[in-house]
This record gives sequence, structure tokens and C-alpha cells, in this order.
Amino acid sequence: MRLDRELACRDVVELVTAYLDDALAPGDRERFEEHLVFCDGCENYLDQMRATIRLTGRVEHQLPAELEAQLLEAFRGWRAN
Amino acid sequence: MERVLSPEDARLVEGLRAGDEAAFAALMRMYGAGMLRVAQMYVSSRAVAEEVVQEAWLGVLKGIDRFEGRSSLKTWVFRIVANTAKTRGVREARSIPFSSLGDGEGEAAVSPERFLGDGERFPGHWAVPPASWAGMPETRLLATETMSVIRRAIDRLPSSQRAVLTLRDVEGLSAEEVCNALDLTETNGRVLLHRARAKVRAALEEHLR
Repeated sequence: MRLDRELACRDVVELVTAYLDDALAPGDRERFEEHLVFCDGCENYLDQMRATIRLTGRVEHQLPAELEAQLLEAFRGWRAN
Repeated sequence: MERVLSPEDARLVEGLRAGDEAAFAALMRMYGAGMLRVAQMYVSSRAVAEEVVQEAWLGVLKGIDRFEGRSSLKTWVFRIVANTAKTRGVREARSIPFSSLGDGEGEAAVSPERFLGDGERFPGHWAVPPASWAGMPETRLLATETMSVIRRAIDRLPSSQRAVLTLRDVEGLSAEEVCNALDLTETNGRVLLHRARAKVRAALEEHLR
């Protein structure tokens, strides 16, 4: 392994989304995965990003009640025409 | 022609075509908040974004008879709000220089202080590595408080990062669908998503310490 080809943790954290989207070039993907083998910090970072994505999907988002009422009003208006 | 319409989508489409208020209300509650975030990427104020969402729903109602189910209903609805917002943004004469919206170029996913400096033996490696969340109880991860932390972190994001994160990680659209809807290149979309996720992760890390 050539040291100058090795990724630093600082680089690894920037590649996580590309890695999860399977958008890394094969060589980069290999270097990324090699790094994870010996780096607990980056492994934890990747796991935390995965958890973040999963939890983000669980958050409920609501429209302001006022806007909801306006939209229903607009719907009734549209239906009446 | 590939049809991907789920039974649930098919029922909603039928309901909308029949003018069924329950179908409209269900859709509005599912996608309304996400639509507002997408609209905010293109227009200058919350008030205008709300108008865009109203206009987009009228577009949905007008277009539903022609909806053929080549994408999911969700993807179609989000494309409509993005297009409505873009048109409105142009009318508002607001150009969208990505830098001012926070395209994330030059931002770091993790604060540089977390890494060893160039003078150290292992420059760029963790000085303060992230902890494992593996032992974290699911009840803590899914607690109301944790969910509020995520919601607040999303609210603080620059509007383009918030729109991309909402469509990918909240609504579950594919990378390609999001880039198509928002007119982003694949790379640009990924940079925005990465910055957004990194900020939400950092807020969670702070909260879960």
C-alpha cells in the first residue's frame, strides 16, 4: 500500500454520501473500504450517517394549520367550479 | 410504458379525480410540508412559498386527469411544486446564485478541529473521533426530543440543502428524481445532500453525547 494513496479521515467523511449512493469510482470505493477496516472513528461516522438518514425519515412534518385551512378552502372552491 | 402506481396511489388518484376531499386532505398532509420546503428553495419569502404551494395544488388538481402513473404520485406532485416555484422565482426576478443559497462548496462535513493538524504525525486523522451509537437504545434515538433536534437542524439548513434533504431522506425520492425535479447536476445534488446530512448528524451527535 502506498502511503500517498491512503485516505485521511478528513477525506473519508466527505465521501460518505457518494459511497452510500454507490457513486464512487471502483478504485476510490476500494480505498474507502480499506480505510474503514482499520479506522473505528470513520466506521462510527459512517454508521452515524446511516442512523441520521434513517431517523430523518422518521420525523413528522406538519403544515401550519392556517395554510392547511387555506388549502382545503381552495380545494372546495376548485371543486365547486 | 412502465407503470409504477401503487394501490394506495391509485386510490388517491381516483379520489382526486372524483373531487373527494378526504383524498385531497390525505395528500396534503403527506406532502404539504415537503412542498413548502421545496418552494422555499426558489422564492424569497415564506409568504410567497405558501402561495406557490397553493398554486401547485391547483396544478395537481387540474393535471390529475392527465396523470398517467409513469412516476409515483409523490414524485409527480413534487415535480409540479418545483416547476411552479421555479416559474414564480423567475417572475420574482430572483436569480439563484448557488453560492448565496449555500451550495456547500468549500464547506466541511466535519469541523476541521476534529482532525489532527498538518504538523502532527497523522495529519487529517481523527483527533476527536465520533463515538459509536451501536449501544444507544432505540427509545432514545426515536424519542420526541431527538426528533425535535432533527427537525430544528433541518429548519436551519440553507434552503437548497433543505429541499434536497427533504426530497431524498424525508420523502424517499431517488437521487435521479431529485436532480430532475430541482434541475441539479448529479454532483451538485450530492454535495447539497451531503452537507445537509452532515449538519443533521452533527446536531444529533451533540444531542446524544
